[in-house]
Amino acid sequence: MNPETAYWLQQALNALQLGSIYALIALGYSMVYGTLSMINFAHGDVFMVGAFLCFLVGTALGLPFVPTLLLSMCGAAVLGVTIERLAYKPLRNAPRVSAIITALGVGLILENVMLAFYPYPQNVPRLLENVTWQLGGVSISSLQLVIIGLSVALMLVLDHVVHRTPVGMAMRAISWDKSYVPLMGISVNLVISITFAIGAGLAGAAGTMYALAYPVIDPYMGILIGWKAFIAAVVGGIGNVRGAMIGAFILGAVEIMVVALLPSTYRDLVVFSLLLALIIARPHGILGQPRVQKI
Amino acid sequence: MALLTARNVAHNFGGLRAIDDFNLELSQGELMGLIGPNGAGKTTVFNLITGVYRASEGSIRFRDRELVGRTPHEITALRIARTFQNIRLFRDLSVLDNVRIAHYSQSRYSPVEAMLHAGRFRREEQRIIGHSRDLLAIFKLEHLAAETASSLPYGYQRRLEIARALATRPELLLLDEPAAGMNPAEIDQLMEFILWIRREFQLTVLLIEHQMKLVMGICERIKVLDFGKTLAEGSPAVVRSDPMVLEAYLGEKVAG
Amino acid sequence: MPLLLVSGMVLALAIPRFNLYNNYVQMLLMYVGINIILATSLNLVNGYMGEFSLAHAGFMAVGAYTSVLLTMHVLPPETLAATFPLAVLAAGAVTSLMGLLVAIPSFKVRGDYLAIITLAFLMIVKSALENIDAIGGPRGIPGIPRLTSVPWVFAWTVTLVWLIRNFVYSRYGRGVQAIREDEIASDLMSVDTRRVKILAFMLSSFCAGVAGALFAHLLQFISPRVFDIVKTTEVLIMVYLGGIASIGGSILGAAVYTLLLEILRPSTVASLLSWLPAGLFDPLNKYVISHLGVLRMIIMPLLLVLVMIYWPRGIMGKREFRIFVPRRDKEAHRQKPVTEGMSNHGVADSP
Repeated sequence: MNPETAYWLQQALNALQLGSIYALIALGYSMVYGTLSMINFAHGDVFMVGAFLCFLVGTALGLPFVPTLLLSMCGAAVLGVTIERLAYKPLRNAPRVSAIITALGVGLILENVMLAFYPYPQNVPRLLENVTWQLGGVSISSLQLVIIGLSVALMLVLDHVVHRTPVGMAMRAISWDKSYVPLMGISVNLVISITFAIGAGLAGAAGTMYALAYPVIDPYMGILIGWKAFIAAVVGGIGNVRGAMIGAFILGAVEIMVVALLPSTYRDLVVFSLLLALIIARPHGILGQPRVQKI
Repeated sequence: MALLTARNVAHNFGGLRAIDDFNLELSQGELMGLIGPNGAGKTTVFNLITGVYRASEGSIRFRDRELVGRTPHEITALRIARTFQNIRLFRDLSVLDNVRIAHYSQSRYSPVEAMLHAGRFRREEQRIIGHSRDLLAIFKLEHLAAETASSLPYGYQRRLEIARALATRPELLLLDEPAAGMNPAEIDQLMEFILWIRREFQLTVLLIEHQMKLVMGICERIKVLDFGKTLAEGSPAVVRSDPMVLEAYLGEKVAG
Repeated sequence: MPLLLVSGMVLALAIPRFNLYNNYVQMLLMYVGINIILATSLNLVNGYMGEFSLAHAGFMAVGAYTSVLLTMHVLPPETLAATFPLAVLAAGAVTSLMGLLVAIPSFKVRGDYLAIITLAFLMIVKSALENIDAIGGPRGIPGIPRLTSVPWVFAWTVTLVWLIRNFVYSRYGRGVQAIREDEIASDLMSVDTRRVKILAFMLSSFCAGVAGALFAHLLQFISPRVFDIVKTTEVLIMVYLGGIASIGGSILGAAVYTLLLEILRPSTVASLLSWLPAGLFDPLNKYVISHLGVLRMIIMPLLLVLVMIYWPRGIMGKREFRIFVPRRDKEAHRQKPVTEGMSNHGVADSP
């Protein structure tokens, strides 16, 4: 194949990889917003903790990839549920802004606790053998395939859970009206905990995969990535699981394209400007539905 | 000349035709009722007149000025005011401030004068305070001036909402279900009250109401809506015995 | 009140002149003043108007960079002591134009969506600044002249807080609060919501720009990194800690936050507790105080979370110290009994 096509195919692969990681994080934002109407500003930092868990498990326990992934996902899930129980649950009936500010505070706590333990960036040990294949001018790495494949698999599982299981139905019910759900015999607390557990677990997975793809990690890594994933979730339609995935892949594609076409310092500028334009053009996001307000 | 003229007004919400071929002529000083089953489109009519929605078709003229296309605050400044089905007071603000806010368009002082508390600011603020307190006094709410609006009992809140609407010095007052939640004795008082404020403030009144006692009691003319269309219009006696109206309210069998 | 301000100004002038306090305390006072300006101006949009703007650090950046460009490249160096206020004023004016830009999406969009738009705006400003090499790019601008002084900060703080307070207690400020409570009802009660929103955003960003200018000429170094989401978060904390829709609350929040952050430094705590006997002090020092540098960045947000859980509206949420309320408004709210001789006209006395 000609070099031009090969180049763009390469970029497409990169975009898929980046988009996959964003998608796993964006899903957490969307799910929490969907059930609690709250922006979980600490989510990006849960992603960061996931990366550090991968590092910890990898260096301290020396386990191979799969157990490490599972452990960091579980660790992140536990963290997510704990945060919800301690910091967000007391504020369920408080003004929404209070919960958001609390989330900001929790994020800061996570960052600074990590900073206390790891004041310097850390190197994540290589847990996966990275084999590269050349296919007509396009280099495909096994790591890339693992990331994309795993992420897509997780997303499919999640989509199934949200749209085809009772738990998912309960989550969607809560997003429309919290007060009537208990009358149906569903424990709101349990469903919310599950929501947070899943969202955080996915972020943990994203953290692990990110740590393997870009092995240098630091406590502030969650901030920029978290905010970008959040905006991506909004572009796709916040509260909507499929929208979050779409938004994230759009974000990945835009970022890779920008880096391919322009000097890399322009990356964030162009990305945020495009996202801003998208949000202004369609405030409720691509798959979002404006809540109709009766006047 | 009619005060308010609505001609061929229609409004769509997406695919739903909420209002169809709505016509109305209100003369100065009239007291008219707008009734119909729930979902008939009565509040939508209010929203169209006051500019909350822009009518998809037709024209609404007030004193020979076109209302369709104007923003709500422009329409209010043209002297049309309203109250709401579910009370929409400024809940966390004081009773006095609720009334003061309605004076926004009657003041002229600029932001600079506001930030310096100078120029026209003092004189106009005093006037606003005076007029607001006078209104509160008329409505027997003066002693509650510093209370938070949400802390008021329901009946007082309804009263405050009318006082607030009157603060904009309207010529036309739209009342949306003013009797909601009232017992018969209170409705009697409300009837007397509406007649009184019409006289006292020289108003034209259009009201939406489900309580037939009030509608039949004080309205000079009544218009009946159902599914966005006008079923009947006329004096209370005429409307009361109109078969289509009875059918809409009570069902086919009873009417027949 | 005027007496308080005059004596404050006298004190403010005296402090640097006679070196009444050491440099450290003077710097601290100036930071408190700048933070008060930031908190009260953000409270106007986030508290009084009920929005959730994340753009404040972006406005600060615009003000900082504008003022630095003026003082380091436009204004003649000999005149700087006198022309500094002009640079600050210009910085505020330019920033208020940015505020106008942000106000426009607010016409159609509210709540979380506006929050995201303001966030995107902040990120764009930061990225844009990083890409303009002429103003230092990501490395920033060092060597800014130290033009900010205690009297200047005092003067600007008092003036801007006064302007904001006046604005709040005017038809525009009432309009802002009406929008927060019920935007559609405000529109229907004759409030020109577009105009009011524009004014609120412009005044808020003007003040943020001034704060940025003062900040730049105090820190003597600025870079895009300084004005990021963390900075916005700090101001958010001050506002929500002190209490939304409260001028006194913002002053309180800014002061508490700034001072607490300073007090929790290892050196400060060590010197404060130095009177303790060595047996008690040494282990305390080893295990707690020496780690305070990191601990304080955990203690602060922890305190914030606790405050939010127990006082969701902040310390002074929607309430105000009487000293900030104009006399006119206090008198207007007096609760006089109903006058005699008015017939009921159907208005019942009981609910």
